[in-house]
Parts: sequence; structure tokens; C-alpha cells
Amino acid sequence: MGQTPFIEVNQAIVESGGVDLNACMQCGLCAAVCPWREVAGEFLPRLMIRQGQLGLEGYESDDVLFGCTTCNKCVINCPREVDIIGVMRAMRSLVVESGGAPETLKAVLGSCHANGNPWSEPREKRMAWSEGLEVPAFTPDKEHLLFVCCTSCYEQRSQKIARSLVELLNRAGVSYGVLGPEQNCCGESVRKIGDEALFQKLAKANLEMFQAHGVKKIITTSPHCLQTFSRDYPALGGEYQVIHSSQLLAELAAAGRLPLSASDGRKVAYHDPCYLGRHGGVFDPPRAAISACGVQVVELEREKEFSLCCGGGGGRVWMETPPEQRFSLLRVQEAAAAGAQVLATACPYCVSLLEDSRKTAGLEDLRIMEISELLAENLG
Amino acid sequence: MNHAPENHYDALVVGGGIAGLQAALDLAEQGFRVAVVEEDASVGGKMIRLSKVFPTLDCASCITTPKMAAAAHHPRISLLTYSRLAGLERAGGGFAARIERKARFVDEDQCIGCRQCEYACPVLLPDADQGGFAARKAIYIPFGNAIPQVALREEENCTFCGKCEKVCPTGAVDLLQQPQEISLTAEAVVLATGFRLMTDYPNRAYGPAARQPNLITSLQMERLLAPHGPYMRVLRPSDGKEPDSVAFIQCAGSRDLNLGVPYCSRVCCMYAIKQAMLLSGALPLADLTVYYLDIRAFGKNYEQFFQNAKAMGVEFVKAKPVVVGSTAEGAVRLRYEDQEGGGGGQEREHDLVVMSLAVLPAAELDPTGLGVGLGADGFLGSVSPKLAPPLTDQEGVFAAGTALGPKDIVDTIVEAGAAASQAAAYLAARRAAGRAAA
Repeated sequence: MGQTPFIEVNQAIVESGGVDLNACMQCGLCAAVCPWREVAGEFLPRLMIRQGQLGLEGYESDDVLFGCTTCNKCVINCPREVDIIGVMRAMRSLVVESGGAPETLKAVLGSCHANGNPWSEPREKRMAWSEGLEVPAFTPDKEHLLFVCCTSCYEQRSQKIARSLVELLNRAGVSYGVLGPEQNCCGESVRKIGDEALFQKLAKANLEMFQAHGVKKIITTSPHCLQTFSRDYPALGGEYQVIHSSQLLAELAAAGRLPLSASDGRKVAYHDPCYLGRHGGVFDPPRAAISACGVQVVELEREKEFSLCCGGGGGRVWMETPPEQRFSLLRVQEAAAAGAQVLATACPYCVSLLEDSRKTAGLEDLRIMEISELLAENLG
Repeated sequence: MNHAPENHYDALVVGGGIAGLQAALDLAEQGFRVAVVEEDASVGGKMIRLSKVFPTLDCASCITTPKMAAAAHHPRISLLTYSRLAGLERAGGGFAARIERKARFVDEDQCIGCRQCEYACPVLLPDADQGGFAARKAIYIPFGNAIPQVALREEENCTFCGKCEKVCPTGAVDLLQQPQEISLTAEAVVLATGFRLMTDYPNRAYGPAARQPNLITSLQMERLLAPHGPYMRVLRPSDGKEPDSVAFIQCAGSRDLNLGVPYCSRVCCMYAIKQAMLLSGALPLADLTVYYLDIRAFGKNYEQFFQNAKAMGVEFVKAKPVVVGSTAEGAVRLRYEDQEGGGGGQEREHDLVVMSLAVLPAAELDPTGLGVGLGADGFLGSVSPKLAPPLTDQEGVFAAGTALGPKDIVDTIVEAGAAASQAAAYLAARRAAGRAAA
């Protein structure tokens, strides 16, 4: 390489939380299973870790260090059980703390700081998605807090997910409420981007809010909120139960609480979101929810643990990816080739990116739907 | 040969692979009477199914069959094949064993191994002893050099047409034969229950991409390379094409905490190198690639063996690849990172890919029911792993070979000898104590 190793970098990464950095044995399986191989991308986790181990330059670029979508495929395959995402997060944090975050992500972090959401939208407009709908406020007598992902609060396409979900919850008679502008971004992506201090701030604000309102059970619309609430927040003092909307919908459908027509004959493929599947191990409930409305299920070859990432995790949803390098493009093409009329999924990031790629690919006969949307369409 | 089982033995050896046979022979040569219980229809274990062995490139059949025959013909050894240890209890300072003799549906004493029944049988089934690449009948002699040369019938797929029964010149076929249970006593037990391969690795690691015919296991490659293998030459299973490129994936399950196998399987580096060498003879024009993490060539003459393979043109690529699918022509598609060449992510196709699967403890590692202590790796544990590896935590119970952990044939033979020696010392001490008491 012709570079001088700088071992202090190794120590700094470990101290920043990349505790597994030196457990890596450099087999390179991570690089082989990484979704970037699908599109000849530059990101090679093995090389990134080697550079981190030795303190060599070359990993800091947007395409390498910030290329990781945190899809977890390498982590669940790693023979040494290295928390590769944790190492990557620590390496990013060293860069982010010194002001080196990619420009688009700086805006995201700044907005989270100022507005409590990554979309550079005012805090007061957080409930804009619910216009014209009856959405109860959370009070201590309510069973669940509905925690709507920032994306579904502000992004137009994504708002439909939240609107569909409350329609279903209302019809099923679920006791729930929302907290509106008080809520902050869960901080999952913020942490993965590497801004640990900002994550701590957001998490603390949300935890105080949960505490102040007596929240015991949370429904999330995003698997990203689900993962950070169930994996990260408990270490900061969070005590509650958390469930993803698709899990609740499967329960409601099984209990016969959703008046579904069960006559939707469309061919539906399911795309496992990384944070619900590979991170959370939730594979069957979303499938059960989809099956409840009588669709024809089309299996995609890359499913469950082998699912193909949409490309939106780890902050990538806010970064520019050339069309030919978008995993989501491969995914919609795969679904169309399998004969699916609907590509259903359970994550706002997935919906945004798949919808975008559907348009890029000109697949007019394919619909991208969140499970709530699919079920709401089938309400009798 | 094949003496009828008696009521009492000095030692009971569980497992008739190379470890069990060697331990039995070493005990018998010292004057002890030994019963060998083997679950399979033939003795010989994994070794008799191999092609050639590293680093000498001896023919496995040629050096295993004499051991099998020696055990079969030994006046102080009884081989109980197609039998399993159904229970063992301590009794009178020794052991009382219950052994289930599974129904062969062929009388062992009357069968002369003429194969008339096999020729007459109309049922064709995949032959596991040929890697599933060739067919066998529902009534069959396990393989050419099986010992004993006695037929058995597989009940599940038999159509009960009765042809075998009619054609048998000695009337040995007994379609209504029942399993039998026999009892015997022994003073000492040697566990040589062997290993199995992690055959679910491809599904776990590669998912749907694993479902393709030209992705095979290392033991299947042994059959393709064996002199009396399924095709008598190395051909690709999907279409019978002579492969132009063959790759090996090392550590396929081994040293993988994620799969619960923290240990090295010890034999894979060397057998992959051996198979690559044999392939360079069988397919002189084929490209041979070994994807490895480290090459562990630790035994006598092993490093030279590895260097020879490199000199012969076998390509060694440091990478752990993943199988991602197949081409329209049937080649296996791999992805890996070109670490040493700095070429980044690569995709390559090979006509045939061999997975060097992890060595796992046998399903019936300890059939004694005594609860012999296990090591952290899941294999049988030793109370003195450094100075007396065959000693288990149960008095009078010794262990040898891969039942104690992955090891090659050389180490297995040595350990079997050690187990026999420990068992012999134990038996001799008991006799001396018995005489002193009298």
C-alpha cells in the first residue's frame, strides 16, 4: 500500500464503539455478500476494516465509508460474529465528529438538531399527514403510542402509509394515540451516520416524552424506529414494549378484528426490509398480514435473510446514488420478472426507494405498497 | 470370518471405521476378545469411501480393505454390522450391552454375496455410497469392497415383487426378517463413533442459490475421484460434461462462530489440496482454484504437499466466497473479494464447485447412555487431553478418532492405538486385581 500505519486510529475506533474491530480475521465474506456486489460498487467492508485496523487512509469517502446501507447481511454471515455495522459506525463517527460528514447528510443532521426530523421540515407540521382523519392524541388511558416515522409524517408518498394504518387501527378498534410535534426522530439513521451525540440527544428527548406520558406500548410504522427502540433505547433507560405495525396487523387479522374482503386476487411479492427481517428477525407476520386479504403470493428468490436491501439504510436514503447503482432498481425488476402486480413491503424507506426505481424502470403495471396500504384497500 | 457373537468380550468397540478397526485389531493382537458394533452395513467408515489419501496419495481402498479384512478374519474379533448399541449399563464391574441387529432381510450366514438378488431387483435408487451420483437397487451389496459381502434390502422402497427371493441360490432372502436384540458383556468400551459433515451449510450460507447440481460436497468429490467411482472418471453431475474449471471453498462452516463451529476441521486444507492434485491428473487442462482463509499444512510432509500443488499450477485465492447462483450452462457463480490482487469485488464461474464442509460430531456420538462428558466443541471430551487423549470421564470407557474431534487418518490411527493401549492396561490391571483377590 505504501502507506504508514497509524495505529492510534485503531485505538480511536475501538474507543468510539467499534469494539470488534480487531476480531476480524479478514476472510472477506462480508465483501462477497455485500449488496454493493450486485452493482459493482466500491464498498468493501473487509477493506474498510483492514484500513481501520491499520489506520490507513482511503476509507473516508462518501462511496466507501458512507456507502454502507447497514443492511446487516455481512453481520449475520460473519464467521467471527464481528459487529461490522458497529465498527463502521465508530469509523464514521470519527469522520463526522471532525466535520467530515457528506454534505447531504450534514443537512439531515442539522435538521434533526433544529426540527427533530431529518426532512428539513418544521416541527409544527409533524401532524400534516393526518389531515382530515380522526387520529386521537395519546393519553395515559390509551394502550399504544403510535410512533409515526418522520418520513411518513412529511414525505407525500409516505404519508399514505400512516393514513392507511390509522384507518385500519380505527376499524379494528385499537386503543392508540399519537404525540405529534412533541415527538423527535428516533435517531436510528442519525446514529448509523455516526453522529452519536445527536442520537443521544434525540433518544433522551423521546425517552423523556415516553416517561412523561406514561407510554407502555409503542407501535412503529418504520422498522428503523422499531430496531432503535428495541436495541438502543433500553440501554439508555427505555422500558416499554414495542411492535412494528405489520406485526400488529397480522395479530389483528388473525383475531378477525379487520373486516377484510379477502378477495384481492392480485399477485403480490413481499420485499423483506432489512431492519424488520435481518435486523429484527421478523419474517412471518408481514407475510401473514398480506395473505389475510386473499392475494396470490409470489415468492422472490432473494427473500428473508437473503433479501436484497433497497439501499436506504445507514443514511443512504438521503444520498445520491446513480440509477444504475440502485439496489431498489434491481429489486423492482426482480418483482416484475416474477410476475408480481404488487410489490408489498413494510418500511417507509423501502417504499420511497422502490417507488422511485419503479418510475425509473418505467414499470407502470407494478405497484409498490406498504402492507397497511394493501390491507386498507381491502377493507370491506 | 464373522464369528457368531458370543456372550462375553473383553472390549466392546462402538464404530467400525478406521479408528474402531485399528483399536479392535490392536486389542485383539494383545490377546483380548473384541466385539465391534457398526451401524452401517459394512465396516470401513468414511475412509473406505475416499479416493486417495494425503500426503502419500495411497489408494484409500488399498490400505483400508486389508484392515477391514484383518478385523473380519481375526479369531478374537466379532464384527456386528448393521447393528447399533441400544443400551449400555454397568454390571459386575464391567458393562452389559444391548445391541440391536437391524433387519437386513437377508440371512447373514446363508448369503454368499453372489448379487443375484441385486441383479434381479427392478428398483433403482440413488446410491449414497457413490455420492448419490449412481444408482443402486433396493436389495444390494453396499459396495464392491464392503465387508461383509452380505446383501441387505431397504424396506422403504421395496415393491415386494419377490424376484430377489426367487433368484437367491441359498434361500437367504427373508422378506419378513425382524430386527433382533442381543446382549453381551464387556469389561471395557472404546467409542469410535466418527463424524458427519455439515450438510446444511449450503442452504444456511447461500439460500436458494445452493440448489444446483454442480455444487457438491468434499465427500462427493472423493467418489468422483475414486477408482471405482460412479462414472469411473471426473464428470460434472448436471450434464456429464468434463469440467474445465473446478473450485474448492474452504472453511465451509468451519471456524464460523455464527454457525456454532468455532474450531478448525483440520482435514479440509489437506484433502482439498489432495483433490486438486488428483484432478490435475484426471483433468490436465482444467483450471483448479482453492479459495482459502489460511492453509493449515501442519503434519509430516504436509507443507511440501501444499508447495507441490502450487508448483503444479493449482491457484490459491485468499477469500471466503459466496455462491450466488448458476449460469445457463450450469456453472456455479461465486462472488469474492480479490484481497491479494487488490481487484475488489469479483464474480467468477466454475463448472464444478466443492465445499469443504465442516466436520461435526456424529449424530450418535455417545450411544452408551452413560453420559460421557463432551468437550466445548461438542465432540467427546477427554479428561487428559494432553497426556492421555483417549481417556473419557467414565471409567472403562475410552475414545478414539474423530469422535474426540476432527483429525486426519494418521492421527486417528495413532489415537486408536493409544486407546487400545489404555484399554489393554485397564483390562490387565483388572485381571491382576482379580487374581490378587482370588
